Amino acid sequence: MNRCIERLYNGIVKENPTLVLMLGMCPTLAVTTSAINGLGMGLTTTVVLALSNVIISALRKVIPDKIRIPAFIVIIASFVTIMQLLLQAYIPSLYTALGIYIPLIVVNCIILGRAESYAYKNPVIPSLFDGIGMGLGFTIALTVIGLLREFIGGCQAFGADLGWFTPVGIFKMAPGAFFVLALLTAIQNYAKIKGAKKGKDVSKIQSGCGSDCTKCRVEGCKDRTAEEA
Amino acid sequence: METVKDLLLILVASSLVSNVVLSQFLGLCPFLGVSKKVDTALGMGSAVIFVITIASFVAACIYKFILVPTNLEYLQTIVFILVIAALVQFVEMFLKRYMKGLYQSLGVYLPLITTNCAVLGVALTNVTKGYGILYSVVNGFATALGFTISIVLLASIREKLEYNDVPEVLKGMPIVLITAGLMAIAFCGFSGLI
Repeated sequence: MNRCIERLYNGIVKENPTLVLMLGMCPTLAVTTSAINGLGMGLTTTVVLALSNVIISALRKVIPDKIRIPAFIVIIASFVTIMQLLLQAYIPSLYTALGIYIPLIVVNCIILGRAESYAYKNPVIPSLFDGIGMGLGFTIALTVIGLLREFIGGCQAFGADLGWFTPVGIFKMAPGAFFVLALLTAIQNYAKIKGAKKGKDVSKIQSGCGSDCTKCRVEGCKDRTAEEA
Repeated sequence: METVKDLLLILVASSLVSNVVLSQFLGLCPFLGVSKKVDTALGMGSAVIFVITIASFVAACIYKFILVPTNLEYLQTIVFILVIAALVQFVEMFLKRYMKGLYQSLGVYLPLITTNCAVLGVALTNVTKGYGILYSVVNGFATALGFTISIVLLASIREKLEYNDVPEVLKGMPIVLITAGLMAIAFCGFSGLI
């Protein structure tokens, strides 16, 4: 039981995929125009992540090592398709709002990363909680970013007009996403510099897309596993 | 005549107006990761143009001749991602064997492209918009061209940024993202074109 709680804590706080590891940036920027969209995207990803972790973990002794990445992709893509059809049937408004970014959950590197680095090596129950934890970490980050952009860009919170000040419209548009992410990475840098001074281990921070991609091939992506199928 | 006009419109719309990186946020990883030097950015850009154009063609063919006749359209995501992954491998092997020169200039970037969500994104957009094979190929090419334009622009700015005195906290990613944001504002200006 302790292990499960540790997994949840790890995903939400210690190794938060968005705020600490900086993985899955494409959906983070694209769908966070409002808190609701961020929440919807986050929960959809959580479901896919948890279920694919369970299946991959259950099949870990059956899947041959050499073709594991294609096998992971097929499993993940199946769950994404299921979620896509479910959203289309039951929450059509979210389906239209998220649009092409729903099928693109397949290429979200958080999911493949967890499959490779955790689910493929661990039993089913911890893998399930690992998926839920990582997914919730992603959801929380997306909702907060969405809320921030909605608040500054439209003076709204969860779709309700507040009318406190004149909104800075650009934060709802594409450039705003880059600025918010710049702010986040600046905060990370600050934490990293401060942590390094105190002698803490900061190697986990921004181990995702922060470094040069071309080196991936030589060194391998260490924690992060690119889709090398 | 009508077709040519449509194709030109797609070319402008996909490469500039709704730029794949700066307004749709697809392919951000290579956009941020491989934009330190103009040379590498150009190499990555050409590899992306090459792969996306071929991938859109193959995906459109598979959709039209296999998925639609068998009523399996809902399998598009699974089929496309597998086809793209296999295609990139195949292109790499083909270039290695028959076009040594091209392989040496593009080879390093090819494995990185499978992770590029722009490839899958284009294939899916083509289906959503109901494009035929010709339109899909042009749209794929235009999207990749837009990617190349923005990554080369960002790389040229980053080369200049090297000599600037950036505050400690903003060093590295933050300043690059702010630059990308400013570029996105500039690209917003194209939205009046169509």
